[in-house]
Amino acid sequence: MHPGTLEGCSSQDLVHRLLGANWKMCRKRIVLLFSLILLPSLALAQQTAPPAQATTESQLAALQQAAQAAQTSGDNAWMLVSSALVLMMTGPGLALFYGGLVRRKNILGTMMQSFAMMCIVTILWAICGYSLAFGHGNAVIGGFEHLFLKNVPIAVDPQNPYVTTIPEQTFMVYQLMFAIITPALITGAFAERMKFSAMALFLSLWSLLVYSPMAHMVWGVGGLLNFNGGRFPSLDFAGGTVVHITSGVSALVTALYLGKRMGYPHTKMAPHSLVLSFIGACLLWVGWFGFNAGSALNSGPLATSAFINTHFATATAALGWTIFEYFHNGKPTALGAISGAVAGLVAITPASGFVQPMSAFVIGLAAGFVCSFMVFKVKSIFGYDDSLDAFGVHGAGGTLGALLTGVFAASIINPVFGKGNPTGGVDGHWAQLGNQVAGVAIAWGLSIVGTLVLLFVVDKLIGLRLTPEHELAGLDVSQHGEEGYDFNS
Amino acid sequence: MLKIEAVLQPSKLDAVKDALLEAGIEGMTILEARGHGRQKGHTEFYRGREYTVDLLPKVKIEMVVPDELKDKAIEAIIGAARTGRIGDGKIFVSPVLDAIRIRNDERGETAL
Repeated sequence: MHPGTLEGCSSQDLVHRLLGANWKMCRKRIVLLFSLILLPSLALAQQTAPPAQATTESQLAALQQAAQAAQTSGDNAWMLVSSALVLMMTGPGLALFYGGLVRRKNILGTMMQSFAMMCIVTILWAICGYSLAFGHGNAVIGGFEHLFLKNVPIAVDPQNPYVTTIPEQTFMVYQLMFAIITPALITGAFAERMKFSAMALFLSLWSLLVYSPMAHMVWGVGGLLNFNGGRFPSLDFAGGTVVHITSGVSALVTALYLGKRMGYPHTKMAPHSLVLSFIGACLLWVGWFGFNAGSALNSGPLATSAFINTHFATATAALGWTIFEYFHNGKPTALGAISGAVAGLVAITPASGFVQPMSAFVIGLAAGFVCSFMVFKVKSIFGYDDSLDAFGVHGAGGTLGALLTGVFAASIINPVFGKGNPTGGVDGHWAQLGNQVAGVAIAWGLSIVGTLVLLFVVDKLIGLRLTPEHELAGLDVSQHGEEGYDFNS
Repeated sequence: MLKIEAVLQPSKLDAVKDALLEAGIEGMTILEARGHGRQKGHTEFYRGREYTVDLLPKVKIEMVVPDELKDKAIEAIIGAARTGRIGDGKIFVSPVLDAIRIRNDERGETAL
């Protein structure tokens, strides 16, 4: 290399030098730009304030304001993108994933269940769901101060209990996307056999009476399980208990209450299009970055940590499920790989902002094995028809993830209990596992009782199950009067 | 006149069709079919649930030929479709009473 002469330069060298020159020019321009932006405010300050000392103060104030505005821009951009990503998990992600797993006659009905949640829960959330989840209230449920989104500010408020760098409205809409996907996950358990009207009523009530209280207990101010001052400070970064245990356990209860599909397990009920499921699972994987990394509620290093953990656990979980399956029936199936990936995403959810990347590998691998065991063995032992394995994946994976969070949470990643204080088992704080067990137990209890009561009420009011004729004809024709696939038109 | 029906592995369709044309048989009807003989189906696994698929995809060729072409046609089909393994298929031969060309009402072998 001859840095001094052009003749001795390789083409690469030349590019570097040109870029260097450009960068210097850029820097000058940026400095100039900033001074131009700041000048008017300084000039104003000079006009109104007394000289010397005050000028420095106002200069500092202006700088501080500019820094805050910059952070708000960065955080808010990421949080809005995350919100959209989480919505994408329900539609089209979950709708395709579940839609491909049912028989051909039920594809539209199944996709409509997810889509209906996108619409219904949105309305409920604005009216009272958000208030019940994130209002002050008591330790179990929020209050009514945010009915119709009253007192949910659009301005950034550094004193806000939830978010200090983004508007609470952003937080509200981000949390809405979680409230949408959670009941939508349950639809996998009662696939192909519940009336559309019953589904809409049951899941609407469920959203208000099971989801909102659970979200409040874990994430709400003064919640029973809130890690910051709750009775049982349990760790749930992005919804292992709030989203996955509640939906998974409620799914099991619903499958048991409704009974099996006609012909189960003797009739062939194989997925009608694993291609759709494959696309859906990949959309879920991508959307989950918004779900987990977005749960940092800012775009700082914690979001990066959650992003990486999410990705890592998914990879090993897909591997774990595939290995289990290989020993079970000798072939690594596509459905196994994507099911494992979803199980890993579920299990890492509560842990994603607390653990180190190598721990994420372990959590993912464990989820792959445990969830495939639940689906392959436990389901057939007990004989329940959890049609699309909402319990086997979300209930089991969520429980496993919540417990392992207590084991692997490291203060080096997220010192939630204060700098220097141990967080989880790896830090020597094994008592955290007890708090995690409390969180899991409360989530299970609330889901079982709440779901049973709601199913009973809706069943008495309008009836839950399709008539045998309608079940035979399929959801598409019987509930919606149309067909997903018309090969004759 | 005879009707020859042959059930074949789908992968052998093109070879059989060419062999029949070479043997001087000009008309045939091809159907996509599902079925099984002594050949067993295969198993599929969906999240650990095992399904046995015993109806396998096949193609069926139907043709009506003058009596003297019978042996040539059968030789052509066997020559092109045989692999020697289970599932190669079967040939059925049956008499045909009459043949009518719809376009001009021709009857018998001239209608073939």
